Amino acid sequence: MHMLTEYFSIFLLVIVGLIMGVAPMLLSRKLGPSRPNPEKLSPYECGFNAFEDARMPFNVRYYLVAILFIIFDLETAFLFPWAVSLRRIHWFGFVSMMLFLAILVVGFIYEWKRGALEWE
Amino acid sequence: MLDQCFALLWIIGKIICVLVPVIVCVALLTLLERKVIGAMQVRVGPNRNGIAGSLQPICDVLKLLAKELIIPSKASRYLFIIAPVLALAPALAAWAVIPFTNDWVIANVNAGILVVFAMTSLGIYGIIIAGWSSNSKYAFLGALRSVAQVVSYEIAMGFTFVGVLLAAGSMNLREIVLHQSGGIWHWYFLPLFPLFVVYWISAVAETNRAPFDIAEGESEIVAGFHVEYSGIMFGIFFLAEYANMILVSALAALLFMGGWLSPFAGIPYLDHWFSWVPSVLWLVLKMSFFIFLYFWMRATFPRYRYDQIMQLGWKCLIPVALVWIVLVAVAVQMGWIFH
Repeated sequence: MHMLTEYFSIFLLVIVGLIMGVAPMLLSRKLGPSRPNPEKLSPYECGFNAFEDARMPFNVRYYLVAILFIIFDLETAFLFPWAVSLRRIHWFGFVSMMLFLAILVVGFIYEWKRGALEWE
Repeated sequence: MLDQCFALLWIIGKIICVLVPVIVCVALLTLLERKVIGAMQVRVGPNRNGIAGSLQPICDVLKLLAKELIIPSKASRYLFIIAPVLALAPALAAWAVIPFTNDWVIANVNAGILVVFAMTSLGIYGIIIAGWSSNSKYAFLGALRSVAQVVSYEIAMGFTFVGVLLAAGSMNLREIVLHQSGGIWHWYFLPLFPLFVVYWISAVAETNRAPFDIAEGESEIVAGFHVEYSGIMFGIFFLAEYANMILVSALAALLFMGGWLSPFAGIPYLDHWFSWVPSVLWLVLKMSFFIFLYFWMRATFPRYRYDQIMQLGWKCLIPVALVWIVLVAVAVQMGWIFH
């Protein structure tokens, strides 16, 4: 029960954070002018009319980064509880994580050699 | 029922006591940053409003509030409006688990570091939604760059957290600080020095600050993901960025510099002379140092190129952090340090 109140205050702070974001916008709607015209509402492109749609194809490397991120972030997710409990799981826990890290490092070296980390 | 109402009021009171100083700090930082960088570039900085420009932040906020909110015709309306809120809420919510002194924290949870890590990750949604919904080329490119960069440095940052967790054996931020008690030589920045450096570099990159501010590189993509935002909507992004900066500085102080512990503890005479200093002041001093470091770096370093940023993150910081984690794990396992 006690733990629940602690997490409830985090939840409450999220709500307060959302309000902190919305309130100034509402206030600004009241205080600020609103005189839209087509030129003002056009997407900014240094004064030119937009050449083409902004949602264009982009470099595939961004996908690659996202995929690598998922792998490594999962790894951190495994490392967190392991790090906290290392003193209680002794050599068995230590050796298993080292094996896991070794496999991951092999993968890391492979992706490095294949040039997944190069941006030119 | 009355008890619960009282408890709720107590929590809200605590939230106000944390958020108001944070927001006042953000306001002061905007002025301080311009003053500090001005001094470093032998300029004066803002000096018109109030004594030595002291009213500048208030004027800025009032001006932003009185400006028109422009929603571009091609933008996805609802996402465009939601994005700044999504950027701000996590930046403020992470403060729930930051302890200011031994018993002054909104939520003393056992998964403190996890909460902070989750909240800083959630901030990415604000950026990518802003960049996508603006439907403008600069915003889109800025968001792409920014997200790839933040995501890359988050891994390095996560690894440094693992090092601290190994040393402290707890995810509770209060306990992590208490594990560092007993004098400056017990603080984690000494045994974990490489992780401390990696943490700070990735923290600067995470908050998209100079020299890693390629996401808003004004010389090429104007302002990055928030080009299309006007008035107070831009102000909310700004608030989120600075709240994140203070948060990351607080984390650096808590995880590596002993949080609210006095640097003179355990030293004869000095310990006694400085015993009157309230512990929260030490934390504030340490945070101020890191925030000053932000400004110093911004005034000193030229902006990195994008490929250099990604290479630094993946090829330098992640291997260094990984090697040091293994070394720390071996040392902890053998019982050499951090008993």
